[in-house]
Amino acid sequence: MSGIPHDHYEPKTGGEKWLHSRLPVVGLIYDTIMIPTPKNLNWMWIWGIVLMFCLILQIVTGIILVMHYTPHVDMAFASVEHIMRNVNGGYMMRYLHMNGASLFFVAVYLHIFRGLYYGSYKAPREITWIIGMLIYLLMMGTAFMGYVLPWGQMSFWGATVITGLFGAIPFVGDALQTWLLGGPAVDNATLNRFFSLHYLLPFVILGLAIVHVWAFHTTGNNNPTGVEVRRTSKEEAARDTLPFWPYFVIKDLFALAVIMVVFFAVVGFMPNYLGHPDNYVEANALVTPSHIVPEWYFLPFYAILRAFTPDVWIVMFASWITGGIIDAAFFGVLAMFGAIAVMAVVPWLDTSTVRSGRYRPMFKWWFWLFIVNFVVLTWVGAMPAEGIYPIIALIGSAYWFAYFLVILPLLGVIEKPTAQPATIEDDFKAHYGKASDADGSATAPTPAE
Amino acid sequence: MIKKLAIAVMALALSGGAAMAAGKAGKVYDYDFSFEGPFGTFDTMQLQRGLQVYTEVCAACHGLRYVPFRTLSDEGGPMLPEDQMRAYAAFYEVFDPTIDDFRTAEPTDHFPLSALENAPDLSMMAKARAGFSGPYGTGLSQLVNGMGGPEYIASLLAGYTGEEKEEAGTILYENTAFPGGWISMAPPLWGDDVEFADGAPTDLESISKDVSAFLMWTAEPKLNARKEVGFTAVMFLIVLSVLLYLTNKRLWAPIKARVKGQPAE
Repeated sequence: MSGIPHDHYEPKTGGEKWLHSRLPVVGLIYDTIMIPTPKNLNWMWIWGIVLMFCLILQIVTGIILVMHYTPHVDMAFASVEHIMRNVNGGYMMRYLHMNGASLFFVAVYLHIFRGLYYGSYKAPREITWIIGMLIYLLMMGTAFMGYVLPWGQMSFWGATVITGLFGAIPFVGDALQTWLLGGPAVDNATLNRFFSLHYLLPFVILGLAIVHVWAFHTTGNNNPTGVEVRRTSKEEAARDTLPFWPYFVIKDLFALAVIMVVFFAVVGFMPNYLGHPDNYVEANALVTPSHIVPEWYFLPFYAILRAFTPDVWIVMFASWITGGIIDAAFFGVLAMFGAIAVMAVVPWLDTSTVRSGRYRPMFKWWFWLFIVNFVVLTWVGAMPAEGIYPIIALIGSAYWFAYFLVILPLLGVIEKPTAQPATIEDDFKAHYGKASDADGSATAPTPAE
Repeated sequence: MIKKLAIAVMALALSGGAAMAAGKAGKVYDYDFSFEGPFGTFDTMQLQRGLQVYTEVCAACHGLRYVPFRTLSDEGGPMLPEDQMRAYAAFYEVFDPTIDDFRTAEPTDHFPLSALENAPDLSMMAKARAGFSGPYGTGLSQLVNGMGGPEYIASLLAGYTGEEKEEAGTILYENTAFPGGWISMAPPLWGDDVEFADGAPTDLESISKDVSAFLMWTAEPKLNARKEVGFTAVMFLIVLSVLLYLTNKRLWAPIKARVKGQPAE
């Protein structure tokens, strides 16, 4: 399965040979967990395991919650309270599931930022990246629909606002929105289909996650240097890598345990901190909350959505050139989905031949500005759309697009990368050995672009 | 390090956001409650006093639809002895659809719904309102204490100024804690509205706090148990982390030492 030469599973006993010639499942598992992994991976490479854990946590707690939940507008809110009060350990299941979604998004954002910094999306890992982006989109859909299920005020009004986005699409918008909701407004039909999809999509995510792992097991992991594992011979590959089991499994489990300390502290001591008080009020179509705020992990995109108001020149221009078909609402929707789209096609936007940001002196600055911008957008997304906030949101949105569409394509042309190590082995020695041990050629200069 | 920092920054950004999103909130005081912080638990005596205030004052108009009478005897709640709990339930009449008539309430029945249409149900009130969010609305108080509804309820009950005005046929009362400043609920507590068997103070602030604590329990009856689970889990995971750290260190030691000590291969 792997492109990196290594020892494969050999059936030894008669039983193993019998099974292997019929179904090579042991070999598949062996090759998967013994995959040669670059030995210089740093602590940002732990998020994959955390994400797998989150997916399983959400599926397990979710299946238990479904046993006690009633998807009906008259009973949903009360059934959640039933879980919280009467089901044995129900309050823990629900709080784990609720905060598990937040941990899931913390991990996925850090996982994505890791990929962006170390150029994990670049050839030959474009498919891994694209599948990852699909998973991220499905996660957002699943999380959004899950938030509707408790049928609190924010559930109801969040669903109304977000499905309203589809209503902003010219010509087909109204029909599409009605089709999505199963009626003219958010009601029982909406709750039922969201419940159905919220149960289905995690299994689609699981399938895609397996393909995601398969894809990078074929190309091999990226690593902090971005330098590829030598694959001319098994011996040479072995000097750059270590088998995933036990070296990285134990390392990842340690990281996971530390993250779990924080996670269980949140669940045990402040489980509602990341939630909104209004969602403990049952949905009421006649009372609109004063501020409708999505969950924190949607805030950057919510900020981008709201940034493009009718008085922004680019919105006016788009409206004028399309004869009014693209209005501010539709422009905002396009910008929000476009923000994810430009990130998904980054493998073809980044022109630099150097993979890792570690050896790109100019890129580093722009990357960290991108991270700061992400935090600013998160913050401004929670603010009311008045005063200075829309302007901050507009600047942040502009930078988001500029980063992918202007800065990354240009940097590859004008930037002078610094020297990369010749091999992963050299990089590892430079960190964990004296320079003299690293047989004198720790850093072989790379020709500048 | 970077990830910790990122989480911290994000948390700060979010909390500021949540606090701002609450809008033109009134003045909410940071009252101290026994159930704040990671180790805080409900004060049984305070919950019993709060139950008394609720029964004698609030219950005239408000309901507690999600709270069964039997939970009054639960561990971590007001912990009424079972006979007292049964006697308490027997005070109430509930409508039973199977006999199509009212009958005396049993422990498995829930508290009645609100008696007045415009009086909200109070079961979830302590979680459905943002409370004191820390100095300058930083959200630090929520970070440390969780959602702060009880502070809001206590501030509201003690926050009447005595001013009234009539608007579209309803009388509104000025209240320093209520968003907007004018509330349609007449001042429910004045101080000395109840008499406690344990001789606890019955001034306005004290009874406001007592009933707020009780309403926190109705909103989060498993708070004590949850914090215990959280503490056990955190302790267990810290030990597990240490063990895994040592395992990992030992596992990698020969890989790193070989490079450090002697020429590789």
